[in-house]
Amino acid sequence: MSDVLEVALRLLAVLAAFLVLPLLVGQAEHKAMAHMQGRLGPMYAGGFHGWAQLIADGVKFAQKEDIVPAGADRRVFQLAPAVALLPYLVVLIVLPVGPNGFVGQVVDAGLFFVLAVMGVGVLGSLMAGWASANKFSLLGGLRTAAQLMAYELPMLLAAASVAMAAGTLSLPLIVEEFEWWWLPWQAVGGLVFFTAGLAELQRPPFDMPVADSEIIFGAYTEYTGLRFALFLLAEYAGIVVLCLLTTVLFLGGWHGPWSDSLGWLWTLLKGTALAFVVIWLRTSYPRLREDQLQRFAWTVLIPLALAQIALTGVVRVVAQ
Amino acid sequence: MILTAEANGFLSPNGVEIVFLLVGVVTLGAAVITVTTRQLVHAALWLVVALGGLAVEYLLLTAEFIAWVQVLIYVGSVVVLLLFGLMLTRAPIGRSPDADSENRWVALAVALAAAATLVTVVADAFRSTWIDLDRSVQGSPEVTGESLFRHWVLPFEALSVLLLAALVGAITLSRRRGADDAPASPKQER
Repeated sequence: MSDVLEVALRLLAVLAAFLVLPLLVGQAEHKAMAHMQGRLGPMYAGGFHGWAQLIADGVKFAQKEDIVPAGADRRVFQLAPAVALLPYLVVLIVLPVGPNGFVGQVVDAGLFFVLAVMGVGVLGSLMAGWASANKFSLLGGLRTAAQLMAYELPMLLAAASVAMAAGTLSLPLIVEEFEWWWLPWQAVGGLVFFTAGLAELQRPPFDMPVADSEIIFGAYTEYTGLRFALFLLAEYAGIVVLCLLTTVLFLGGWHGPWSDSLGWLWTLLKGTALAFVVIWLRTSYPRLREDQLQRFAWTVLIPLALAQIALTGVVRVVAQ
Repeated sequence: MILTAEANGFLSPNGVEIVFLLVGVVTLGAAVITVTTRQLVHAALWLVVALGGLAVEYLLLTAEFIAWVQVLIYVGSVVVLLLFGLMLTRAPIGRSPDADSENRWVALAVALAAAATLVTVVADAFRSTWIDLDRSVQGSPEVTGESLFRHWVLPFEALSVLLLAALVGAITLSRRRGADDAPASPKQER
């Protein structure tokens, strides 16, 4: 019975993290972006520096009418937000936060599992784009698919480089194998992975699929109320997953002073720093054009990722 | 190979086998809907269900690595490519009656023949093998990698070269047509 209880508790903890962390990132984005642009951001909700703004937003979204356009494909339209959001919840289960089993569930081929499940989330955007019966939505869906095709490959190659370095596909074992000199060794792979991940989340400067000045809001144009909020939540959950995953793979996860007792804090701190970089990039870089976006993936990221794999292989063979 | 089938008995109703059968029924159902539905994009989405069900079946057979590869390649890439192609060309919402190639009966015959061959071969090959869940997992990445790169290196490399050739061929084919059209098309646009 205690086994069942433990599994239930772990899943509950993951669910709580899934509900809280994206909101924290969202609030941090509100405030950091505002200050970078010489504004204050939300100041009233909740009193202290508008900390309850996103909760208020959530209440607002829940109250709005849930509209399905007359010409839309009803079932696919309604199912799409769930398909976009759930993969990130599932991925969060296997991300190790601290040493000694501080993880929802250890999966033997965890790295593969994470990358495979994260790829499924894009189906949600495609379904939304097609089912909305709106040409802007369809264009957004098309751009999403093209972007995913281009950036999935460098992401996989960079992740494969880490797996080669560590000699395992299990996420906790990868962190355990980590040494400080992996930082310079895997730096290029880390950059490629993080950049490709940003593109996969359609975050600026890779937000061509939702470019508001061209195609309104891409695949999510026709969505209102709670379903729209779910898509936004998926984006921020994606940021959390990407930052934690980059931390685990390339920044040494829980390694740091007093990692035995404070390991989880190190993981979260590194993840937070990366999340700040994600927000920072949004305020400081203009959007890439569609052809620049494709060229960047195929002519810069993929060669870099291949070079990283070659370097990893050479060092592995020489060091043995 | 140990003849343990007699000891275990076929289709003894334990939990894993019941789940396996149920998932199998769902997969088969989704596959049948995929080829019979009149709505193109729905067919692609039902294909996701069928391929995902197959991944669950791999998991239940302890082939963890293959299961995640199935999700990564088929659900994550092949279906996305399929949807991409459908959206680029023609994907109306609702029925598309003109999408029928009228090969229904030929396709059924081919499918039945393929299924019969596969069922016969697989049932004959694995009639008496039994997965021992207490021993080390057979489909783990470690075991898969070892057998792939120790015993099957040559077929693996041959396949890699074949795929590379296909890739280069695809690029050549698509570029040659582009070279013929390229001088004409910009002028027309202007």
